[in-house]
Amino acid sequence: MSAHPGHAVPSGVDHDPNTLVMSGTVERGTFRLDADLTAAPGEVLGVLGPNGAGKTTLLRALSGLDALTSGSIRLGDLTLDDAGTDTFVPAERRPVAMVFQNYRLFPHLDVRDNVAYAPRVQGSSRRLARAAADTWLERFDLTDLADRRLHQISGGQAQQVALARALAADPSLLLLDEPLSALDARTRMEVRAHLRRHLEQFTGPVLIITHDPLEAMIMADRLVVIENGRIVQQGSPAQVARQPATQYVARLVGLNLYAGTLEAATRRVFLDDGGTFTVTLGDEDGQAPTAGVLSSGRVLVGLRPSAITIHTAAPTHASPRNVWRGIVGGLELLTDRVRVQVDATPPALVDISAAAVADLALRPGTGVWLSAKATETEAYPDPAGASRSLPGRVS
Amino acid sequence: MQPSPAQRSPAQPSPAQRSRQGARAVPSRGAIPWPLGVPALLGALFLLLPLAGLLARAPWRGLPHILADSQILDALRLSLVCASAATATSLVLGVPLAWVLARSQARGISVLRALVTLPLVLPPVVGGVALLLAFGREGVLGRFLDEWTGITLPFTTAGVIIAETFVAMPFLVITVEGAFRASDRGYEEAAATLGASRLTVFRTVTMPLIGPSLLAGAVLSWARALGEFGATITFAGNFPGRTQTMPLAVYLALESNPDAAVALSLVLLVVSIAVLAGLRDRWLSAGTPA
Repeated sequence: MSAHPGHAVPSGVDHDPNTLVMSGTVERGTFRLDADLTAAPGEVLGVLGPNGAGKTTLLRALSGLDALTSGSIRLGDLTLDDAGTDTFVPAERRPVAMVFQNYRLFPHLDVRDNVAYAPRVQGSSRRLARAAADTWLERFDLTDLADRRLHQISGGQAQQVALARALAADPSLLLLDEPLSALDARTRMEVRAHLRRHLEQFTGPVLIITHDPLEAMIMADRLVVIENGRIVQQGSPAQVARQPATQYVARLVGLNLYAGTLEAATRRVFLDDGGTFTVTLGDEDGQAPTAGVLSSGRVLVGLRPSAITIHTAAPTHASPRNVWRGIVGGLELLTDRVRVQVDATPPALVDISAAAVADLALRPGTGVWLSAKATETEAYPDPAGASRSLPGRVS
Repeated sequence: MQPSPAQRSPAQPSPAQRSRQGARAVPSRGAIPWPLGVPALLGALFLLLPLAGLLARAPWRGLPHILADSQILDALRLSLVCASAATATSLVLGVPLAWVLARSQARGISVLRALVTLPLVLPPVVGGVALLLAFGREGVLGRFLDEWTGITLPFTTAGVIIAETFVAMPFLVITVEGAFRASDRGYEEAAATLGASRLTVFRTVTMPLIGPSLLAGAVLSWARALGEFGATITFAGNFPGRTQTMPLAVYLALESNPDAAVALSLVLLVVSIAVLAGLRDRWLSAGTPA
């Protein structure tokens, strides 16, 4: 991320005043988080990962609720935590505000006093703090709720109040821990739009934790995927969606993902799960990042479920295709199509229309042929290299 | 109070009920088997009959005259003042103590917890003896207090307050400590991320959230201090107007003027009922999370 034009800094400093730079580990019992990330001012960084991956641990370290075991956290010129020099700025003195998963709004205060809390404890008079709170409530269109108690507002409103309360602290870094997970699906859609709008106005870096891929794609400028305490992938939402680095991400974005070894000369990938794919290499459709990198070696192959065709008889085609046999394991109705899980070598999820399911008389146990054009089968370097095999089957 | 699932949806009987109801009408589930009912009734009578006796024997007609006695008024006033002072002292010292007991990770804190709640189970007279040995004129601390400041605590009103605090404070400490333990640390963390120092968090978040328990603990310790007898008479003696509180006056009056003893007991009973009513309204209902 290049320097933000509005935050020019003297030469010699290689980042903006408010850029977040974290590089360190947090150990809690047997769990260990190892994170190395940066977030530029105004950038919304989506932190994606399964439960227990270490997302919340990351936020707690950034907010100052927990200390690093090793490494450091810097926000602009400010060192928030440095295990090396034994520097630790506690949560209350960090310019970092956090929206908690269940909001943690104070039940003994009304909406206005919740939002006024930060200005008040930071030294404003009661009157000024309340005036500041009213300004925020107005900005959030929540003025009518100012005198309400928490049990008198909805979940979506509570989320807004929590964000207003955090922003009223005037932070340089904003952290959101699964901000929408406590809401029902309809409210979530509505609040997501509000949230996106308010985050766009925030000038510092934003980290937003989620395990909802759609939320991450919509809210974030860039994604960091954490699994088992490690960052397994970083990139733009499009990049992550297109070239997932792990089975977890692939499942989130609805891709079949296979790990294998590429034989560059023949464009063939020998899959770890068995089977061979003829693939397209990234350079053929102008994917600059992968060009040249793909020599023979460890690769991942992503395959969209809709790019696979199911046949009940052996297909005959002229174009280069990957064809393999399998047995239907299960069918699941999605909104406008049916997802067929095929037990095969390699296993695959295939999306077809409901009509096709009827035409082909597919049911669990039906023997089928699968085919996928080589042009739909994109290989890219496996970031984890040869040291890893993809655990688990596509399910 | 949170309704249990069964209470919330009476239309859905539990599996056990359903299988029974399938056959035919069964005796009411509310029926009490006699091996439980009879002792329960006896227990209730045992607790209530003496109080009824107190009401029956009360010299209602002479009551205003007895209560107007200056010595009795002195005892009443002294009781209220000392119990309130003891409660205030308990709050000032006991709340921080409860916080430390609830939050400190220090080694030996569980031993300390056991020790500070010891006065709950210690015979109050033993407490009084211990106080004498500590704060008496020849006591471990009292000796220096006497030498350096000329202050002696035993057999003074201050001594009454000390004795009552010694006995009553553990009630406050265990009540408030439990509340500190049960309270959601998440709110405190949220306050910290908003810029509140630890002391500010304590003042603006922790304390308001345990408010109902704090009140309950204060009322409990006030009631305990009001009824204190053993430690008080041992450590502070029985001097009318100075250290003679209501329980002491009742005990003394029982030999010389039984009617006065009953009248005084009646006053303490009324106070106790008031405390109970206060606890029921403010503690039992407000104390459960909404």
